[in-house]
Amino acid sequence: MNPYEAPTPPTMPELDRRDFLRLTSFAGGGLILGSFLKTSGDLQAAEIAKTAPAGDFTPNAFIRLGLDGSISLIAPRPDSGQGVKTSLPMLLAEDLEAPWQSVTVQMADLNAIYGSQSAGGSTSTPTFYTLLRQLGTTARIMLVEAAAQTWGVPANECVAEAAVVHHRASKRSLAYRDLVAKAATLPVPDAKKAVLKDPKDFKLLGRRISGVDNQKIVTGQNLFGLDFKLPGMTYAVFEKCPVFGGKVVSANIDRIKTLPGVKDAFILEGTSDLRGLMPGVAIIADSTWAALSARRQLKIVWNEGTRANDSWNNFTQQAQALAAKGTGNVVRKDGDIDAAFAAASKTVEGAYSYPFISHANLEPQNCTARVTADHAEIWAPTQNPGAGADMVSKVLGIPKANITVHILRAGGGFGRRLSADFVIEAAAIAQKAGVPVKLTWTREDDLRHDHFRPGGFHFLKGGVDASGKITAWRNHTVLFAGGLSADEFPSRFIPNHLGLSSVIENSIPMGPWRAPGSCVFSFVYQSFIDELAHAAGRDPLAVRLEILGDHGTLPGTGERGTPYNAARMKAVVKLVAEKSGWGKKLPRGQGQGIAFHFSHRGYIAQVAEVTVSKTGELRVDRVVCVSDVGSQIVNLSGAENQVEGSIVDGLSAAWRQELNIERGRIVEANFAEYQLLRMPDAPRKIECHFLLSDNPPTGLGEPVLPPLAPAVANAIFAATGKRIRQLPFSKTDISWS
Amino acid sequence: MAKFTLQVNGQSRTVDVAPETPLLWVLRDQLDLVGTKFGCGIGQCRACTVHIGGQPVQACMTPVSGVGRKSVVTIEGLSADGTHPLQKAWCELDVAQCGYCQSGQLMAASALLAENPKPTDEDIDNAMAGNVCRCGTYLRIRAGIHRAAELATASTSKEAAK
Repeated sequence: MNPYEAPTPPTMPELDRRDFLRLTSFAGGGLILGSFLKTSGDLQAAEIAKTAPAGDFTPNAFIRLGLDGSISLIAPRPDSGQGVKTSLPMLLAEDLEAPWQSVTVQMADLNAIYGSQSAGGSTSTPTFYTLLRQLGTTARIMLVEAAAQTWGVPANECVAEAAVVHHRASKRSLAYRDLVAKAATLPVPDAKKAVLKDPKDFKLLGRRISGVDNQKIVTGQNLFGLDFKLPGMTYAVFEKCPVFGGKVVSANIDRIKTLPGVKDAFILEGTSDLRGLMPGVAIIADSTWAALSARRQLKIVWNEGTRANDSWNNFTQQAQALAAKGTGNVVRKDGDIDAAFAAASKTVEGAYSYPFISHANLEPQNCTARVTADHAEIWAPTQNPGAGADMVSKVLGIPKANITVHILRAGGGFGRRLSADFVIEAAAIAQKAGVPVKLTWTREDDLRHDHFRPGGFHFLKGGVDASGKITAWRNHTVLFAGGLSADEFPSRFIPNHLGLSSVIENSIPMGPWRAPGSCVFSFVYQSFIDELAHAAGRDPLAVRLEILGDHGTLPGTGERGTPYNAARMKAVVKLVAEKSGWGKKLPRGQGQGIAFHFSHRGYIAQVAEVTVSKTGELRVDRVVCVSDVGSQIVNLSGAENQVEGSIVDGLSAAWRQELNIERGRIVEANFAEYQLLRMPDAPRKIECHFLLSDNPPTGLGEPVLPPLAPAVANAIFAATGKRIRQLPFSKTDISWS
Repeated sequence: MAKFTLQVNGQSRTVDVAPETPLLWVLRDQLDLVGTKFGCGIGQCRACTVHIGGQPVQACMTPVSGVGRKSVVTIEGLSADGTHPLQKAWCELDVAQCGYCQSGQLMAASALLAENPKPTDEDIDNAMAGNVCRCGTYLRIRAGIHRAAELATASTSKEAAK
């Protein structure tokens, strides 16, 4: 996988629409919908129906109405703070006409009946928006039909509202609870033909709805992965080689086994999968503290392998040497770059770089597992339960059908929990130990064995013509995996463009980090556009609008290429300029910066206003953000929270976060060295605007983050004249006089 | 191993653990009070904030042997029924994203409000600077503390009116 690209979670299987709502009848008189999948879906649907109390109305795998009036909705995808445990059931409730306060939300287990349950790539809203509304609608149609048949009136004379069906003409009403038994005997209508509500009639969507787990969160109830306990459970820790890919030669296992509370200790040979089960030593004890204490006595002899001399300095030298040679894989060549530079009235060169950083989920990785030779039951704070089941099946040789994964709330995701390393570690340890275990990583484990956001280097040269228009763009990108995409902005928008890509060999485990690729590329390209605008003596906003031009939608390159709708981007850029009062006069030491970025189907523009003291202390006074993520916001509170969080996260990552690599290992150990943003440094004010456009609703977990770093860096330049070409910001002296 | 009798959320609880065991792990593993969170183990993120003798303290850095008879209050004991003004404000403003840090935030904020019922933004920033929120809900936390202060004042003046 390419850690600079958005993960592509398995897409929803192509549905045969006729099968999608296929009816399956059961002897008990209950009804259940087939499933998203044609494969094993029917069986699983049958299992779900079996667990439903007799007589309940379960028109599909997501909705259950009880004879007691209960309305239970399934949240199909894991929630790690992005809010889908609230927003996805809202989609069901809206069209079901179920009042939100009467609804109970239940987190799904891993089950193919729910389609892809991987919460990555900001895909939850675009995947489920219409599907769940259709399912809510068909359930409502059946309840209305049940009432109509009861009264002997046409269904189209009846309306459902707040879990009650009304026949206004005869002033009759029946609550859903009184229709459950009859509705359960009716055929499920074709969802494709179901007429969805007009958005102007929405009662729930677009409102601010407080998260469904909030009461549990504020009272400290058992909720997160690390909170989970099983009877007879033991507590495990696992130490891996600090050099990536290193193996265990020997360890003082016998001594460890004698320590207080220790029940077992052993070496796991592991695999060679850097993002899977790596070799290490497991300690199992009767409490977390006993395991952690014993670990301090652990002495391991490592075979550090071939990468023990890797260092960030070494990587930097390699990148510079590659840039000096000027040879790389040509991924994009438009126009005549040499002629354009020769004709340019001004050229600018800039070397940009950013380090490896960690996801630093505040809840360290953990997982509870009960595993035998051929069965596994897993409780995991995961973004991607399917990946855990796949890896457990593959590595431990357990049939997929014998693996159960329970999804627990995760204390932060950001892409880290799309990986399954912590799941396979827990499962392998539990299997070998023969007892259920909860594996807990320490913060040190988490920082040093992340699947890191990779660093990178960009060697840029740009040219502007006599009119100040950007006419030439040369980008030699040196990354640690994958390579530069042919469609990376401003590709397609600059007439003379050369994109070169080189890759540095390494064995560092890398993975998607919130808006992969985009989270750093935007900093580089939106900063360099700013450099060119200033070199031309022009307004950075005007230059951006000129680049976007009147292009409309530009197609992507090749089959996987993503189209770029320049008109949508132009609209958010114009609006952010208006909302922020772009161009206002500010004293020296204060400045505005602008940036925009398209990723994960979202078009986002931001203006940051900063104050920099003469001694170089930064304060972000205000960030104005305009987002176009389609025609409808699902949960306004959740959406605003994602915008605010992405802006704070973007600032946190850009300002001080950095992992150094020396002797093949991560230098930083914990939050004393790896500094996350704290309240006093958060932007004083964040203004969040949504530009509703006539496009399908899309996700907000990621696309807001990328433009923040360049907006702030550009504002710092405006305030101080100091250009930041390196992340984190803290490495650049921004003092001024 | 040694026996320690702790006063936790108004109850006397006896545990048999190694004396150096951090209060964090005693609460979580022995007493099943899992609202107090593990984030770093070195007092840097303060997800483990509890009150000891009314003061906000990092449970990950507090050996159980050092607690003595002082009263320990965890998030589970912040209010009897989840209706502390901060808890109400947090739900009303939908403060949490992942929610993992929020019990520590609430314990730090409740210690602030106990000393300073009407804190300014600056008071809040100073009191809360030790608590990390990885999801970046800082603006809502700040707003939540102001809102809780309002709610507390409103209920106090109601009491007075009676």
